[in-house]
Amino acid sequence: MSTFSDHVSADLPRQMAEKMASVDEGAVLRVLASSRIKPEDAPVLFSPPARKYLEQLAQKSRRLTLERFGRAVTLYAPIYLSSACTNQCSYCGFAAHRDIERIKLSPEQAMQQAEILFEQGLRHWLLLTGEAPSVYGMDDICKVARLLRPKAASLSVEIFPTDLAGYKNLARAGVDGLVIYQETYDRDLYARIHEAGPKRNFDFRMSAIEHGGQAGFRTLGIGALLGLAHAPVEACMMAAHGAYLQKRFPQARLAISFPRLRPVPGGTPVLHPVSDADLTQLIVGMRLMFPDAELVMSTREPAPLRDRLIPLGITRMSAGSRTTPGGYGHADDAEKGQFVTEDQRSVFEVASAIRAAGYDVVYKDFDPALVVDSDML
Amino acid sequence: MAQEQNDVLTIAGVQFSSRLFVGTGKFASPEIMAQALEASGTALVTAALRRVDISDPSDSLLSAIDTERYRLMPNTSGARDAAEAVRLAKLAKAATGNNWIKLEVTPEPNHLLPDPVETLEAARILVKEGFVVLPYINADPVLARHLEDVGCATVMPLAAPIGTGRGLKTRDQLGIIIEQANIPVVVDAGIGLPSHASEAMELGADAVLVNTAIAIAEDPLAMAKAFKLGVRAGRMAYLAGPAGESHRASASSPLTGFLEETA
Ligand code: SF4
Repeated sequence: MSTFSDHVSADLPRQMAEKMASVDEGAVLRVLASSRIKPEDAPVLFSPPARKYLEQLAQKSRRLTLERFGRAVTLYAPIYLSSACTNQCSYCGFAAHRDIERIKLSPEQAMQQAEILFEQGLRHWLLLTGEAPSVYGMDDICKVARLLRPKAASLSVEIFPTDLAGYKNLARAGVDGLVIYQETYDRDLYARIHEAGPKRNFDFRMSAIEHGGQAGFRTLGIGALLGLAHAPVEACMMAAHGAYLQKRFPQARLAISFPRLRPVPGGTPVLHPVSDADLTQLIVGMRLMFPDAELVMSTREPAPLRDRLIPLGITRMSAGSRTTPGGYGHADDAEKGQFVTEDQRSVFEVASAIRAAGYDVVYKDFDPALVVDSDML
Repeated sequence: MAQEQNDVLTIAGVQFSSRLFVGTGKFASPEIMAQALEASGTALVTAALRRVDISDPSDSLLSAIDTERYRLMPNTSGARDAAEAVRLAKLAKAATGNNWIKLEVTPEPNHLLPDPVETLEAARILVKEGFVVLPYINADPVLARHLEDVGCATVMPLAAPIGTGRGLKTRDQLGIIIEQANIPVVVDAGIGLPSHASEAMELGADAVLVNTAIAIAEDPLAMAKAFKLGVRAGRMAYLAGPAGESHRASASSPLTGFLEETA
C-alpha cells in the first residue's frame, strides 16, 4: 500500500517553493472568489501576494469556522508521562544527550495528574512520552490509558511512532486520537536535526499516522515545527499531507497544529523566523482549505496572540499546561519541560479570556461511550 | 385564525405548542443559549450527548436548559455507526430515564452527512428497546418510508449539509417525503434564514430544527425571534392553502368534475 511519504521526495519542498514564487495577485483573487477552496490552493494561500489580502482571508476563515464549529473553543491539556528519550532531536529539551533528570510516572501518578486537571474542569487529555520503549513502552501507556479512560472525555496520544498492532492496542485501551508531528517535511533538514535515534527514520514516522488511521482513531493530528524550514512551504506540505489523510481516512477528523519552535538552551535556533502575521496567514489559509479540521494552538504561544487568534479559526487550545512529567500540582518548574510555555495563565484565566472573546469554553466534546463498551466505564 | 389555534403538533403522543425546534450547540455561552431558546418560543430542544455530562445535573449546558419548559431530546451526534449511536442512547436513557432520542449517525466528520444504512439499523434496535426515535436523514423518500415502517416517531430530513445555511437545497425530495409520510416531518440542518424556515413550513413540513443560524448570528436573540415568526408565517400560509405551489388538491371547484357527471 502506498503511503504519503512515497509522494514526498527530497526535492518536493523546492518544487512547492517554486510554485509559490510564481503566484501572482490574480491567482489570489481567483481563490478568494471561489466557493470551494481546495488543498491544491495552498501555494496561493500561503504566498507573499496573499499577505495583502490577509484581512479578507481572515474574514472568510472566521465565517467558515463559525459555521462548522460555532462560537466555541475546546480546551485540552497535555499529560507528560515520561521524559526518557533515546532520540537526539536538536531542538528538544528531552533529547538523549541532555543532562536532565528523567522522570516517568506510574499509572497511579498519571491518574493523580489527571485528577488535578479534572478538578480544573479539563477532560480532553493528551498523553505524551519521549521515545524509549524499553524504559516506558506501549504496555505502560496502555495501562495509563485504561486507568484514565473512564474520567476522560477524550484521550489522545503524542508518543513514539509504532505499527498497526501497537495502535490497535492503544485504541482498545480507549485512546481515541493520535498526534504525530513530522517536525519538517524537508528530508535533508530532517536528517540534520535528528542526530541520533530511531526518529531518524523519516518514512517510518510519516507512515505511522496512517497506521493510526487504519487502527480507527477518531482524530489524526499533524504538524510541523515552524521555524526550522521555510514555514509557507512546510504549510503547503502539511496541506498536502492533510488532504491525503482526509481522502484515505474520511472517518477521522483531521487536526492541524502550528507549533512555533521555542529554542532550548544549546538547541537548534530558529532558522526561518515565523512572525505573528506569518502564523496568522498559515492558520486562516489552512481553515479555508479544511473547513472541518480542528486547528490547534498550544501554550507555546503568548497569551495576547492566542486570544486574538480564537475568532480566526482556532478550535482547540491547551490551557494551564505543564511540559514535565508530574508537573501539575507543583510550583512551576517550566524551565525543566520539553519546551518553555509562553502562555502561563491558569485554566480559569484562559477560560475567561475565551469568554471575553465571545466564545463558549467547551470542556467536553466527546464521549467515552463512543469508543469503549460500558463495562470499561 | 381558529385553524391556527387548533393546529397542534403531536409527536409520539406529546403535543408541542411550537413548530420550531432548537439545537443547543455553537452558542457563545449557556446564558445566551437560554435566552435564545426563550425568544424562539420553542418547546423542544436537542443537546449532543457528546457535549454534555448527561448524568451530571450541574453540567453547564444542561443546567441552562429549563426542562420544565422544554422537552429535552438528546442526540447521538458524533456516532459513526449504529453500535455507537445505540450505546450513547442507552447510556443517556439509563442516566435520565428520558427515552426520546434524536438519532444521528454520521460516519465522516466532514459535511456530517447521515449514514442511511446504519441509521436504519440503529432505529430498528432503538425502537425495539422502547425509544422514541427521531432520525436525522438525508432527504431520501425511500429511506423515510423504511424508518416510518420500523416505528420512528418522525423523520428529520436535511435541507442542506449541517451548518451551511444554504436553505432548501433538497426541496423536491422534501416535498415527496412530506407527501408520503404518515408521521411528522421535521426539516433539520441547512436552514440559514427565517425565510428558509418559512419555505419549509409552506411546503408542508410539520416543524423545523434550527441551530447554527441562531447560534452564530450577531444577535442570537433577535434571530431566534425572527425564526419563531418565520415558522409561524410559513405554517399559516400552508394552512391557508397557497394558491401557488400547493401539492394538495384544491377542493373548492373542480375543473374536470363534469367528466364524471355522465358516468
Ligand atoms: S522531540 Fe520527542 S523524540 Fe525528539 S528528543 Fe524530544 S522527546 Fe525525544
